[in-house]
Amino acid sequence: MKLPVFKALLLHRFAKTIVFGLALLPFCWLLLAAMTNRLGANPAEFLLRALGDWTLRFLCLVLTVTPLRIISGTSALARFRRMLGLFVYFYAALHMLSYSWFDMGFEFDDIAKDIAKRPFILIGFSGFVLLTALALTSFNRAIKLMGAKRWQRLHRLVYLVAGLAILHFFWMRAGKNNFTEVYVYGAILGTLLLWRGWHRVKNKPG
Amino acid sequence: MSINSSRNGFAHPSPGEITPRHVYEERRDLIKLMAAGAAGAALASWASREALAQGAAGARSGKLAALPGARSSLAGAVTMEKLTDYKDASSYNNFYEFGTDKADPASNAQSLQTSPWSVEVEGLVRKPARYTLEDLLKLSAQEERIYRLRCVEGWSMVIPWVGYSLSELIKRVEPLGNAKFVEFVTLADPKTMPFVGTRVLDWPYAEGLRMDEAMHPLTLLTFGMYGEILPKQNGAPVRLVVPWKYGFKSAKSLVKIRFTEKQPGTAWNKAASNEYGFFSNVNPNVDHPRWSQASERRIGEDGLLSRKRKTLMFNGYEAQVGQLYAGMDLKKNF
Repeated sequence: MKLPVFKALLLHRFAKTIVFGLALLPFCWLLLAAMTNRLGANPAEFLLRALGDWTLRFLCLVLTVTPLRIISGTSALARFRRMLGLFVYFYAALHMLSYSWFDMGFEFDDIAKDIAKRPFILIGFSGFVLLTALALTSFNRAIKLMGAKRWQRLHRLVYLVAGLAILHFFWMRAGKNNFTEVYVYGAILGTLLLWRGWHRVKNKPG
Repeated sequence: MSINSSRNGFAHPSPGEITPRHVYEERRDLIKLMAAGAAGAALASWASREALAQGAAGARSGKLAALPGARSSLAGAVTMEKLTDYKDASSYNNFYEFGTDKADPASNAQSLQTSPWSVEVEGLVRKPARYTLEDLLKLSAQEERIYRLRCVEGWSMVIPWVGYSLSELIKRVEPLGNAKFVEFVTLADPKTMPFVGTRVLDWPYAEGLRMDEAMHPLTLLTFGMYGEILPKQNGAPVRLVVPWKYGFKSAKSLVKIRFTEKQPGTAWNKAASNEYGFFSNVNPNVDHPRWSQASERRIGEDGLLSRKRKTLMFNGYEAQVGQLYAGMDLKKNF
């Protein structure tokens, strides 16, 4: 596809609706599979892990938006950034919900103890708390209220979230020494972060 | 009357509350009769579902050779809990030689060559010998034992195994006085086991028991499940089942049984000694460093929305095996 056509498509009035629908597909698929009992022998574990995977995937996706926009000069891509960011939060919240529900039966005492006791859970939970702050300040007026500088500084925390997410994933896989996927996601997020660092240095005035 | 639920763990009701066997079996007949159409059409559709569910739970796959066993009369050897579906028990497995995903063994283990097969029995015994599988199969009468299986990962199943007490074999080889432990070595064939050679664990996968644990009648030398020979992904053709220990102690596809004076190294202990001890008895009071062991999810039974059930001390076999550990600090000897 030629770049101008791509740009025109991105600006189409249904483009956002379509991306929204696509981003919702994993959720619909999981919901359908859960309702028709097709999640295998341990559906709770399947849901919990699948939701974690989708959180990471959307995290990679949303962090690709700005580099892609700058490299290809496609400013229209910026339209999708907030929505994709909120989908990260959507899947993270469902991940957290399925942990609290299926694993802990909404026993909040047990959840608090679990967070305090297990570093792997603490790291995941910290990431979720940070994402909550970003989601809560994702509307336009928040930028005005906070001032663009401060807002941007807060939202740079998404890189910390990415780091926490990878650590959480690494720890979860450590029991089986099974790190292939961890390395793949780590490499993607690492590359995106490096690019940003490089881009910043390059564009420094002076 | 005290009201127990699965949350308190499994408790035997008082004898008066147990449904007599003939009544219980009549119910199944009734259901089958209804499914056959003797009752109204609406009821029949409900009943056929029920009859199917009943059949599927206990049923064999029908694809493997039958291996019948007489119902064991040993105390604790037959739990009355609902059996895990054969499909779940044979498709949700940990068998790292074939991959680390639960579904991997079922798809990758079909390359395993189980015939010819023999088990070398060696070490501190008066009569070391190499037993062929055929020898082992007829060494003692096959029994059916229905055991709870508790995985260290926090899930459990109820499986009807077929085999006999390992002690039957041990008695025949006559251990020497200084034999204090038994080591179980499993097959590690890189040609048929795609993940042997990966860094996950030390190969071959080895396990071990103290002599008194190995001699305990509940420790089962296992050749089958659900009335058939073992599926490859479940550790064919011969494996160990130690129902009061976490599942990984029950080594699969055994090729060597060695009697030693010193405690043998075991695969998971070598991989992470702070997480997996030599004993690895099921113990709700000693958590895994990365998760709680207080509760478990029964595969196929505890659905998405049901609460996990409490894990029982020694997986509910405390009455049978508790005395083996009398006076031991189980927090230290986890």
